Amino acid sequence: MHSVVLTKGVPDFREGQVSFDEDGHLERGATPTVMNPNDEFALEAALQTKVKRGGRVSVMSMGPPGYESVLEEAMSVYADDLYLLSDREMAAADTWSTAITLSAGIEKIGAADEQGSSSPAEESEEPDLVFAGFKTADGETGQTGPQTAWCLDRSIVTHVVALDVEEDEGRLRAKRLVEGDPDEIETVETSLPAFVVTDPEFEASYRRAEHRLRHKELRAETEERVENYEDHLTTWSAEELDLDPDFIGLDGSPTIVSGVDPIPKAPSEREATAVDPDDPEELHAVLETMRPLAGGD
Amino acid sequence: MTDDYEHYEAVVVGAGPGGAAAAATLARNDVETLVLERGVEAGSKNVSGGLVYAEESAPYTLSDLFPGFREAAAERPVTDYYLHNVAGDRVKTFDITDLHDHDTEWSEAVLRRTMDSWLAERVHELTRETGGGLLTDVRVEGLLREGGEITGVTCEELDPIRADLVVAADGVNSELARDAGLMDWEEPEEWFQGVKAVVDVPEDVIAERFGIGDDEGEAHLFSGDLFEGVRGGGFVYTNRDSLSIGTVFHLDSLVAEDAEPHELLDELLTHPLLAEWLDGHYDEVEYSAKLVPDSKKVAHPAPHRGRLLAVGDAAGQMQAQGPIIKGMNHAVTAGALAGEAFAEAKLRNDPASAGDLYERKLREEGVMAKLRPQGYRLTSALGERESVTDLADAVLTSGVGRRAIRLLGDRLEGLYSSPILSQIVPDTRTPYVTMPTVIAEELGERVDADPDYEPKSLLDRIGDLTYDTDVGDPHIELRDTSAAASGAAVAACPVSARDFGGGCYREETRKTNGHEETVVSLDTQPCVECGTCAVVADTEWEHPRGGKGVEFRQG
Ligand SMILES: Cc1cc2nc3c(=O)[nH]c(=O)nc-3n(C[C@H](O)[C@H](O)[C@H](O)COP(=O)(O)OP(=O)(O)OC[C@H]3O[C@@H](n4cnc5c(N)ncnc54)[C@H](O)[C@@H]3O)c2cc1C
Ligand code: SF4
Repeated sequence: MHSVVLTKGVPDFREGQVSFDEDGHLERGATPTVMNPNDEFALEAALQTKVKRGGRVSVMSMGPPGYESVLEEAMSVYADDLYLLSDREMAAADTWSTAITLSAGIEKIGAADEQGSSSPAEESEEPDLVFAGFKTADGETGQTGPQTAWCLDRSIVTHVVALDVEEDEGRLRAKRLVEGDPDEIETVETSLPAFVVTDPEFEASYRRAEHRLRHKELRAETEERVENYEDHLTTWSAEELDLDPDFIGLDGSPTIVSGVDPIPKAPSEREATAVDPDDPEELHAVLETMRPLAGGD
Repeated sequence: MTDDYEHYEAVVVGAGPGGAAAAATLARNDVETLVLERGVEAGSKNVSGGLVYAEESAPYTLSDLFPGFREAAAERPVTDYYLHNVAGDRVKTFDITDLHDHDTEWSEAVLRRTMDSWLAERVHELTRETGGGLLTDVRVEGLLREGGEITGVTCEELDPIRADLVVAADGVNSELARDAGLMDWEEPEEWFQGVKAVVDVPEDVIAERFGIGDDEGEAHLFSGDLFEGVRGGGFVYTNRDSLSIGTVFHLDSLVAEDAEPHELLDELLTHPLLAEWLDGHYDEVEYSAKLVPDSKKVAHPAPHRGRLLAVGDAAGQMQAQGPIIKGMNHAVTAGALAGEAFAEAKLRNDPASAGDLYERKLREEGVMAKLRPQGYRLTSALGERESVTDLADAVLTSGVGRRAIRLLGDRLEGLYSSPILSQIVPDTRTPYVTMPTVIAEELGERVDADPDYEPKSLLDRIGDLTYDTDVGDPHIELRDTSAAASGAAVAACPVSARDFGGGCYREETRKTNGHEETVVSLDTQPCVECGTCAVVADTEWEHPRGGKGVEFRQG
């Protein structure tokens, strides 16, 4: 079983990390880049597959050389090996040209595996599963996953909250939220290879001691590996991926951003009245004000 | 689906000293062993005063089973042992190092989080080799029974697991020993309650105030009139850079006196001797509590049922040798003997005989004789009657008794150091309260020092603890809310107090149809899982789910 997890570096939007200029524009240089928070669920799903079915987990990202730290972060959750697709030509890509680049990377991992084996095959052995997190914290489109699946011509299951891979049957069974609604869950099946987009509600489940022991072991191994994550990192350029520069990066992006409007801040002034806690009359007045609300009407 | 259950040769429940010893022994005998521990880390649920003994007469000690234990996971060896008889500000100190040294190969002060987590790492390595391993965050909820036989365990977090051997090393509040009908939670007389505070004190201050070097440590015990007449005593043990300060009282006595455990701890914390030691350095970092079984009354003579073998506190194997408390060492010995018994039984192709073999080993290795000394049965039959106690107290406090104490003088130190006498003292207020008080009054010297600190409030103590509360799923339920059935818990619960709203147990007055009624209510949020209310109140008592509840950092 071979899984590839796609991850992206995003600005760290947490309070205290992120900085905006006076016009409300993000200051990229002053804001650290971190792994897209939702991708953690994709990593957990891939790890669960490895725990239960064995195999290997590769993590892939497209981005500038600085994204190595994002892959390092991913490896701290779990990864056997890391792939960074990095080239000037890939810069300023929209979701479409990103999908083209990522799918080329995924196909190349399969091909590279084959070359590693005794006979260099014509046809590449594609990874059984590709995982992606639900939409990135910066773009918020949620398109990259489905578009990559389309490029790879595999079936896709989105909003996955629980997962079971039946390798012998070549099948995947997943619980997913119908239209992202946490109250409506359906179970679907699809054949492998497949593409899985995990929902932030995804929860790995380990009900067997042997799985928990394996999980503990794999986590310890990856923590050791991450110390020298560079040793497990492969970087591919556009040329190595055999990609036509016209179809990737800015040139390959059909999306046109017409403008960006800052969202106005919510007004924070509220009407406030200070009450003297020792004055029974004032307290009584508070009660009177609240009484109609307490009844629910 | 049942054919899908996992199977291990042995499942060990609990990763305290008993479970660690059992698992290590099983693994060394090539038995496939799975260890399940409910805490987020081994030790995070555990409390002890902190002196672990290696007895010369014991077949197994911690350092036999885990080489390097003392250097890696212990705080300080105990090189001096004192007993302070207290009456007001008068103190008569006996050096009982001889009693402490009797049958002792070594003894170390420990903090359980450090100790147990270190042991757990070794255990995991050893058991992993056999195809098993150690898991934390898993709470075993009961025994798996098939066809009326115990065949494994059931857990909240995992599907049922079958095993040829189940070791109940799940401590004083063992749900497994109860499930198997080996132990009950009925009589307060059978238990002690231990309460403890860890106070950070810099290493150089400890060295200076106790006059000890790097490889030395001290133990101090306190008895007399400083605990409102409650039977029991206090202890102070030196760690590397902290002190373990605590109390151990008979639970029935706590309940009878309606005493507040945290206030009794405060009495010790503010005693003049403590005021000297802690002057300028009272930095209390953790408050904790746990029940302690009294082996003299509850050590089970045949602690097994089918495939289930109970070891350590779960089997009541906690010996109070006079003032010296020995639980961890016996848990270690019993755990290793249980492991050994199963390995031998397996070799004989008769794993079902492990229980009987274990029982025999406990007897033949002299463990049972220590846990339930012959002499105690005699003295308790005589001495634990109220009329006898009254008489003994009357004699002691009379002119005659006092003269005798004065005459005996320092020869009393020798009597207190007698290993035989210490095993058989009856559980009455005479040895715990009256005797030490008279000794201090007649022979003691004044110590005057006023503490420059106030003990922490219960509210702050609770506030400083770490909890991962299982919201909406309380692990204890009150079956009977009447004051008669459950009111004792309000004072006896170490994190509750009368007139304190922030604890677990509270008493409320409810008006119904014109008449007033006092009812008890429970909020398990601040619970430290000590087990007290399982005995003194009418509850449905379980441990929280794996990883939930209180998390001790020191222990
Ligand atoms: C204040 C105090 C002072 C003490 N002083 C000393 C002393 O100085 N010297 C001494 O030798 N002894 C002392 N003792 C007693 C000593 O702590 C115990 O006797 C000893 O810890 C018993 O070891 P054990 O392995 O049987 O159980 P424990 O150490 O209690 O270990 C039981 C383990 O099982 C786990 N567990 C429980 N239930 C479950 C479940 N359902 N599923 C999974 N895991 C579970 C617990 O989390 C825990 O890790 C003292 C006790 C107290 C409270
Ligand atoms: S609620 Fe019960 S178990 Fe919890 S701390 Fe109080 S007495 Fe102990």
